[in-house]
Amino acid sequence: MAIFGLWIINKAGGLVYQRTFADGLAQLTSNEYLVLAGTLHGIHAITARLSPIPGQSSGAQVIEGETFKLNVLLTLTGTKFVLLTSPAEPASTNDVLLQRIYSSYSEKVMQNPFHTPEMPIRSEAFDATLTALIG
Amino acid sequence: MATSSKQYLTRGEELWKGRSEKVNAELFALTYGALVVQLIQDYEDYSEVNKQLEKMGYNIGTRLIEDFLAKSNLGRCADFREVGEVVAKVGFKSFLNIAPSITHGTTRPTSTGSVPPQANSVGSSFSLIFDENPLAEFVELPEDAIEGGLWFSNVLCGVIRGALEMVQMQVQTEFVSDVLRGDETTELRVKLIKHLEEEMPVGDD
Repeated sequence: MAIFGLWIINKAGGLVYQRTFADGLAQLTSNEYLVLAGTLHGIHAITARLSPIPGQSSGAQVIEGETFKLNVLLTLTGTKFVLLTSPAEPASTNDVLLQRIYSSYSEKVMQNPFHTPEMPIRSEAFDATLTALIG
Repeated sequence: MATSSKQYLTRGEELWKGRSEKVNAELFALTYGALVVQLIQDYEDYSEVNKQLEKMGYNIGTRLIEDFLAKSNLGRCADFREVGEVVAKVGFKSFLNIAPSITHGTTRPTSTGSVPPQANSVGSSFSLIFDENPLAEFVELPEDAIEGGLWFSNVLCGVIRGALEMVQMQVQTEFVSDVLRGDETTELRVKLIKHLEEEMPVGDD
């Protein structure tokens, strides 16, 4: 049971926030993270169009592997919150956690007048909230 | 329709009550008043002031929408009619504790029960009619400002435009009347220009 990391991907597919909370993931360079985030953005856009039911689809919500689980929260504004956890973490708690992260993002990041939307997030208040939420 | 409209109002009420940090209404009204007066002094042109207020509102709206979505937990609206209901009953209620009444301007006479099929089409609109306006609590517009065409609460136009643009709707918003200007009602009209297609990966390869 572990929460490995969090990514925030803006609506253009750029990685604006990346943080690792626990060991267990391969160490990557910041460039590799950017590439991965961009790839996920593309895959997600495809999955959103794969829905057999007509109309809007949220796209992939969970991608699961043997050693990890990737939980995606797509907001209506197009921002994606991606939580990397161990497979044992139940989806329900991940969803709640993602919703809380979104909520603190809306407060600490978006309401800061000096934050430029769609740009990398550098906010101590947001970092502190995440530490309190996830540890 | 009536039941869901009431549901939205309850939702808005809950959100308003759940909001822990509230700002004193007088401080709010006075701050906004000072801002508008300062803009008038700086620009010396009322239409320019309207424009600046709208721009400020737009910047507020693009940020506020995230807070709204994160807290309200509402899904995507099915049509523009629902958008209007949510803006009026949940949006305004949860942020300003007012619920403007709403009239929908659809191209066809509104049928009872079912939503008209073209309620989502371009050109559909709704009007918000404000019985109370926390921004204009203590305001009496001078003759000069009325003649100059000042829309005192124009920031609201921008907020709505900014917020809806972030959820892929381009709208045109404008005040059509204001009690401050001697009109019977304060009415803000929101018209759908188009749905923005987004989230498409731009040339991934």
